[in-house]
Amino acid sequence: MSLLRSFLTVRAVRDGRAQPAATVRHAHLSAEPLVFIPLRMAGEAAAPLAAMLGTDRAAPRLLVIANPRNRDQRFAFMAELAELVVPYIQKYAAQVEISDTKSAYERCLDAPQILVPNPGGIAFTRLIGRSTRFRATEGPHAVPPPVPLLGRWLTFLHERAEFAGSAMLLAMTDVLAEHWVTGLSAAENGNLAAQLAWIDPPEGMTGPQAALLAEDPLRSPPAGPDTDPDFDRHVLQPLIDRSAAQARLHEALRGQLEPTWNLMWRAVDLLRGVPAAESAAGRWERDRAALARQSASIAEGGPPPGRWDSAVAAARRLSALEGARQSYEASKAFDDPLVMADHRAEGAAFAGKVIAVDADRKIIPPGKKRMVARPLVNIQTSDPVRLPPGRKLLSAARPKQGTVLMSVDADIVTLQINSGMTKDATLPAPGEIVCYTELDPAGARRPALPDVAETPWTHGGPPPAYVPTDEDAQEAWS
Amino acid sequence: MSRLDAIRGSSLPVSHNARAIAALAANPACDRRAVLDGAGIDKSGIVAHLGFPARFGQSPFAITRTREFKAIVKADDGAHVLRLLRELGLPAEEAKYHDVGAASGQEARHRRTMDVLGAAAREATALVDRPLLKLGVAGHEVYLEPDVIAFQADRRFHVVAIKSFPIIDGQADAGKVSAAAREAAVYVHAMRDLFGRLGLDPEGVSHDVVLICPKDFMNFPTACLVDVRLQLEALKRQLARLARIDTILDRLPPDLSLDLRLDGETPTRPAAELGAALSAIPARYAPECLAACEMAYFCRDEARACGSLEALGRSVRDDLGGIQSLDLAIELMAGGHVPADHAAIAERLGFVRRILDEAVA
Repeated sequence: MSLLRSFLTVRAVRDGRAQPAATVRHAHLSAEPLVFIPLRMAGEAAAPLAAMLGTDRAAPRLLVIANPRNRDQRFAFMAELAELVVPYIQKYAAQVEISDTKSAYERCLDAPQILVPNPGGIAFTRLIGRSTRFRATEGPHAVPPPVPLLGRWLTFLHERAEFAGSAMLLAMTDVLAEHWVTGLSAAENGNLAAQLAWIDPPEGMTGPQAALLAEDPLRSPPAGPDTDPDFDRHVLQPLIDRSAAQARLHEALRGQLEPTWNLMWRAVDLLRGVPAAESAAGRWERDRAALARQSASIAEGGPPPGRWDSAVAAARRLSALEGARQSYEASKAFDDPLVMADHRAEGAAFAGKVIAVDADRKIIPPGKKRMVARPLVNIQTSDPVRLPPGRKLLSAARPKQGTVLMSVDADIVTLQINSGMTKDATLPAPGEIVCYTELDPAGARRPALPDVAETPWTHGGPPPAYVPTDEDAQEAWS
Repeated sequence: MSRLDAIRGSSLPVSHNARAIAALAANPACDRRAVLDGAGIDKSGIVAHLGFPARFGQSPFAITRTREFKAIVKADDGAHVLRLLRELGLPAEEAKYHDVGAASGQEARHRRTMDVLGAAAREATALVDRPLLKLGVAGHEVYLEPDVIAFQADRRFHVVAIKSFPIIDGQADAGKVSAAAREAAVYVHAMRDLFGRLGLDPEGVSHDVVLICPKDFMNFPTACLVDVRLQLEALKRQLARLARIDTILDRLPPDLSLDLRLDGETPTRPAAELGAALSAIPARYAPECLAACEMAYFCRDEARACGSLEALGRSVRDDLGGIQSLDLAIELMAGGHVPADHAAIAERLGFVRRILDEAVA
């Protein structure tokens, strides 16, 4: 938590209602998202019990396994799931365009968006991907061709989901928490029903009153992937033991899933009510490009990703994840004054009024011979500035103009403008209210990593490429 | 009759398992939990009567699965355990397999465990199945039942914990692993205590615990070593505090009773009266309690009613400079009267209010 979010938490409790933590929606929302609510059999690693999914809120599809411990039924469930999910993804993957940028690349016209209720749903989606991507479509325990394809796509979506700002696979409670602060603690916020009760309480009720009702598992069954133990004991177990009760099993599971289904679409409506942030489209574009790359890799017959990353791949991935996180945090702040306020409260940004500009100042930079323009700007601020001299700063109003903090003297901050002084660029003018921050939407520069083929011996040398094995393809599910 | 027995009243004391003892260490500053556990009070029964039923039951499917997996691991005199120990570099070849679970009665089983362990420590490698240990918790003797205790050639015992959550591609759920580690630490502690009583070196019990879990999506067991030194330290501190429970009891009303006044299985004590008695024991509620303590929903209701800031999460309280009360936080945020000792945080909150107003303007 940050000071501003803690402040908003207290305010939410005072008002009995969640407080907005963003003025714009930072996540891209698809016009046709696929809502996916998987349930898992308690005590099992990755045995699905049921799932409700679909792109039409009026027509959810319900998939149920009569006996989750039966391996054949589990394969059949995965095949059914693949029949629904794979075409949804491939519809987007099939439509590719070439970018009009300097170095042209392929990107899809649009991308799929799968919405699950909570981070547990994302983790379970990963496990479904992991357990199906190696399966063979011939030989012993063969599965229908869409099953390993489902595994490939879900694995891909999960890998992308780890990138901040990616929107192809989202956990609803995380997205909501990014945009609203409730009076609940972080752990309690993981309950979608309670969180929505604070954000949008029913007529005549306060957030906390509605949330208390929403926490009752009989009224709002858990949003998965784990089921309510009492439901397991009193409803599910008797129905599974009596295999004749198919219709009743379906109805029982529909009863567990439908309330969450409705909550998910209510959350989609709430998010659609918030205007999209400016940089959200750019992030979605990166998702579209990643989708095109993955689609090409599958079309070329490349093997699924192995169980483990090699050293170089892992280092590269970590560095990319870090870069995406920094860039996302900064873009959010540049798009949204409320997010910028959060960084101001933490001392990573400050705002104030320009009181003097020395536009004609010229200096010889260290190590150089020629005089160059380096204007100075004096800003009066009442923010407690905790940035050190020498720190590079940017402003949302002039994102191309690089500046460096020269000094902080009581409430006067002096900046030197280093770059971005092109012909049509303007300098801050006296009297203007400005806001500068150390955040940089371009992300930080990272050291270059060696090519995979040149992995040093300290990291095991060049790794062997993953070759699919029979063992992986026939991995036992028990 | 001891003071703790008087607080419990007519009900029989409930016995603790390792999970309950591990949960004790999770919130060491909570007097309420210390007194209730020290007295062996049935917390679930209390909160059910008060209208705040505990919400962490276990699914019957999970219970069945755990039982089946344990049976697989222990089958054929612990063949899997021996294989896994060897793979971990803890060879226990020709280990004699002792099942001490057959002895009737807890005391007999505990005695048998002591005998077998005592002999094994002096002789050869051994696997001890279904052992029963004993540990003093707040003046009460508690029986504990670890899964298996292994002994290996370099004369160190290892506690073996068998869990049914999977290790997939070498990774397991971090939350479940740390819960297993806290629980296993209780067994290591009890074992060391037992070694002390047998006149053996307590360090003969390793702080590395063998965690056995299903591999990937199979029923096939795999294992890894988990270092539980940190968990051991936390547990020791909390147990030492429980041993000094008298200082907590001295601060409580002398006639305090949490007796449900059971008539058969039906509590006859008025809930309001019981609630008031419970509220006389100070609690330290934080949202983390929801996952660890039966009392949590009762304590949360109480904490919310009295405007505790900690009920919103420890980070909120810390961010707001250690203010305890919600009302004070709201007052400071509104820029009202500022007590001198809160001037610094009041200034920061005023700043946040100002930039928030700017942002939404």
